[in-house]
Amino acid sequence: MQTLSFSEKVQRFILNWFFMMLVWIMFTSTFATQEVVVGAIVTMFISMMSISMFTCCTLKILSPVRIFWMVYYLLVFIVALIKANLDVARRVLTPSLPINPGVVKFKTQLTTNYSKMVLANSITLTPGTLTVDVIDDTFYIHWIDVTTTDPEKAFTEIAESFEKILLKIF
Amino acid sequence: MSIMEIIGSVLILIGSIFLFLGGLGIYRMPDIYNRLQAGTKATTLGAMSLILGVGFLEPSWMLKSLIIIIFIAFSNPISSHALARANYKRKHFPLILSEDKKNMDAYREVIEQEDKEDKS
Amino acid sequence: MTYIIYIAMVLMALGLLMAFIRFIKGPTAGDRTVALDTLTTIGTASLVFLGFMFQRFIYVDVALVYGVLGFIGVIVIARYLEGAL
Repeated sequence: MQTLSFSEKVQRFILNWFFMMLVWIMFTSTFATQEVVVGAIVTMFISMMSISMFTCCTLKILSPVRIFWMVYYLLVFIVALIKANLDVARRVLTPSLPINPGVVKFKTQLTTNYSKMVLANSITLTPGTLTVDVIDDTFYIHWIDVTTTDPEKAFTEIAESFEKILLKIF
Repeated sequence: MSIMEIIGSVLILIGSIFLFLGGLGIYRMPDIYNRLQAGTKATTLGAMSLILGVGFLEPSWMLKSLIIIIFIAFSNPISSHALARANYKRKHFPLILSEDKKNMDAYREVIEQEDKEDKS
Repeated sequence: MTYIIYIAMVLMALGLLMAFIRFIKGPTAGDRTVALDTLTTIGTASLVFLGFMFQRFIYVDVALVYGVLGFIGVIVIARYLEGAL
């Protein structure tokens, strides 16, 4: 665990508190005073305790450019998710099961743990791929229809469109 | 019938179709990893779309439905990844249909490396 | 509207049935756990849907708690199978 300066800690705490408060308000679905006050106190204590565990970045993540890329990432991801489901539907409903499974690996340029986690989860939900393990910067991917076993070509086909955007966010 | 009801009904229908396809995929696919592929993807979109459809039909439930959707979108890939890795470490190797068996199984070398370290 | 509810219910029940057959048949413990994961997700969605049918808001809370507990259960079983527990 890296050591944090005081201003970094405060920024992470504010970010953490903001998101926990957002979840609380969505959860109670009301703006009554007593609910909001209790929520503020409880989420403040929880976010103070979990500064070094759950937070990923300082307040610079909320700059407009990064938020624009996040929304763009979400759109790309939803399109990929729908494509993945149509792909699964086609494979499951074809009587002969057109599959050619295998495990491939590739290397990524991402460095922080959070960006790697987001990339691994996105890969799991995109067409025909499933993350088996991540060791340092190597991803091991189970691919339902292997077209290439070369790491660089596999990277271009599976992860390039996500990684380009993630590098701009984190 | 208002526009919200039409959107909600269509989303519910799409969601239930994909949930059915997820169950069918679990039943038909030949080995664990392919089952995980079909099961995870189809049920994730299916559950998200169905719950969003209910949120459209009952607008006061929308916020809580969104919480469940976000939770499903985060938790489903994590659990499928944990299951895939656990099964690989128990030496249930994936079914490989093509001729080039050695190159198609890139994770096996990691497992063999770990075995060697355990013995030494 | 009523027809859509009936169609959705039948489709979900068929999905649950298929996953349950795999849960009973599944040759290894891994297969059963995969089927359990799918059953949990379909169960969460169908609880929300039942809440809509009966007009009970409390079912949504039940679905949320069921989803969380099912996720934790699958993770614990996976760690146990891996030998890390």
